[in-house]
Amino acid sequence: MSLLTISNLTAKIADEDKQILNGLNLTIEKGQVAAIMGPNGSGKSTLSYVLAGRDDYEVTAGEALLDGVDILPMTPDERAAAGLFLAFQYPMEIPGVGQMTFLKAAINAQRRARGLDEIKTPDFIKLVNGRAKELGIGADMLRRSVNVGFSGGEKKRNEILQMSLLEPKVAILDETDSGLDIDALKIVAEGVNRMRSPERSFVVITHYQRLLDYIKPDVVHVLSKGRIIRSGGPELALELEANGYADVIEKAA
Amino acid sequence: MTMNAVTPMRTGAEAALIAAYGVEKKEFPGGAAVNALRDAAFARFEAKGLPHRRVEEWKYTDLRALMRDARPLAATTDVDGLSLAAELVSRAKGSFKAIPIVIIDGQFIGALSGRLPDGVTVTGLSDALVAGRADISEAVARAEERFNDPLMALNTMFLRDGVIIDVAAGTVVHDDLHIISVVTAAHFVSSRHFVTVGAGASIGILESHVGPADVDYQKNTVLHVVVGEGATLEHGRRQTEGDKALHIASLVADIGPNAHFDTLTVTTGGAVSRNQLFVRFGGENSKATLRGVTMLRHKQHADTTLVMDHAVPNCESREMFKTILDHEAKGVFQGKIIVAPHAQKTDGRMMSQTIMLADGPEMANKPELEIFADDVQCAHGCTVGELDEDLMFYLKSRGVPHKEAEALLVEAFAREAIEDFGEGTIAAIDDLRAALLGSVTDWMLSREG
Repeated sequence: MSLLTISNLTAKIADEDKQILNGLNLTIEKGQVAAIMGPNGSGKSTLSYVLAGRDDYEVTAGEALLDGVDILPMTPDERAAAGLFLAFQYPMEIPGVGQMTFLKAAINAQRRARGLDEIKTPDFIKLVNGRAKELGIGADMLRRSVNVGFSGGEKKRNEILQMSLLEPKVAILDETDSGLDIDALKIVAEGVNRMRSPERSFVVITHYQRLLDYIKPDVVHVLSKGRIIRSGGPELALELEANGYADVIEKAA
Repeated sequence: MTMNAVTPMRTGAEAALIAAYGVEKKEFPGGAAVNALRDAAFARFEAKGLPHRRVEEWKYTDLRALMRDARPLAATTDVDGLSLAAELVSRAKGSFKAIPIVIIDGQFIGALSGRLPDGVTVTGLSDALVAGRADISEAVARAEERFNDPLMALNTMFLRDGVIIDVAAGTVVHDDLHIISVVTAAHFVSSRHFVTVGAGASIGILESHVGPADVDYQKNTVLHVVVGEGATLEHGRRQTEGDKALHIASLVADIGPNAHFDTLTVTTGGAVSRNQLFVRFGGENSKATLRGVTMLRHKQHADTTLVMDHAVPNCESREMFKTILDHEAKGVFQGKIIVAPHAQKTDGRMMSQTIMLADGPEMANKPELEIFADDVQCAHGCTVGELDEDLMFYLKSRGVPHKEAEALLVEAFAREAIEDFGEGTIAAIDDLRAALLGSVTDWMLSREG
């Protein structure tokens, strides 16, 4: 059963005529880990931002059904409450907003949107401490402002912490491997793998096969010029690694 | 200026205040010395009237235009007024355990004030004037001469009541005092307060200004502060006047050697307000921190004007002011740091930062450094901007709704001015900081739309 169905998605940069997504079609099955690979400028990050609802892009056609409901007319917070999560390629630093305040605001906002009571503070602290420990996030990092003073790897781990607390239906990981050393990559991948479930899907956007050694995809899609031009099993990632994108793009053309 | 010969047309407010002085002056307490001060202030007001846009210090807060009429001078508060006052006092107290010092319509109400800790004395100004306390008239005269400020002079003209708080040398006061100043009706209210912290003493003083909504009362209040040698004063001020109110507050602070003064004002109230700070280092190795958070909406106008006078060497001052503007509100920040010729090793840093929440607000920033010494570190900066869209998107992508995301970012913005306020002299500092930050969040969440 498909959890995320993107049909004929066309989008451009809001203030320009430059179209980035050109009628993109993509179906993500429930429980599936789908890798999206593609050369620079193919529209990978745009896809993730358009799905998350960033203002800088304008959707000109198409729909994106999450569990049967089109999320494109929704505000970013509504999409999050509907079960979408984007792990940012470059997580933002928010000076003055404490990490715990931020996490609690996010958890409670989503709970409220779903008609649930707010989480009790002791339960919240216990939950965060537990998940943080699994990701090697120390108490000092939880005491700081969001991402302020975090290394690149710490920021990425912090994204995974947020994902694990918010328990989305669909998580998009936008080049989560960029800027990570092997040890950090392993921690992040383990965090993702712990969350794999028949009910949850992942869209793993990456340039490189390396991340896919640790987060094994069920399916690999190749994005080029704003469209999925080829889909296949995990072996497709290896083929790309060996032959480069040019070869695949040429064959598809 | 060549306008001396021209007598400007008096506004209704000016005429009313001049008339009120004529009628009421014989009722004012005190002897010849203080009467002479009032008469001098009156002569000045008669000649110059309210400050307007051609008076440099008042360029952005044209009081002649903003205060067309003057309300009658506050009389004795009636029964309805007292019941309203009780409600307002209780609102201002909140959950703070501080000792209340209650001022109703400009008059010190000893009976409603709390029991004082050892080493602290509180005297009504009116009683002190009757008793002819020379230190009070001298302090008034000195401030008049030194700052030459029209609203302080107007306050002197109506010098009548207020409160005098003396902290004996060496007294470490563990309970905070809370000056609660309420106005109950459409009056013109003047009050004058004096706080003297003796050598080596320390105390935390909170100050709240509250009044009814929808009532166009006017308040002109002055607080004199003397922080003695090695003494500490931490002063937290909350201005939540009614939405139609005019509020002018002047702080005159003299900081002795090895002393510490920290003052924070959080402003959300009033239709028109001005917070003036005149702070002077009179002894070396002292530190002063002046801070403020101002949140304005609709057509509110609030002005912070400060003069930080480094009159002696080796002192450090920090000025940190945050302004948040919505709708068509107008903010003003004028900050001047003066470093006297011999005041070497002065360290002064002033910052004014503004966030605009809409396209309509206006912010006037006027920082000035007057440095006459050569071995000093002085800096000033000001920024005006909007909330960062990338941060807003990040918060929203986690499910935080737009309004709440804005509140989080604005609270973070204000936090810098609030979080390191006080170094432990104010006993209820944690509660106070939390309440002030909470008031920022509440203000944001109460925005329409």
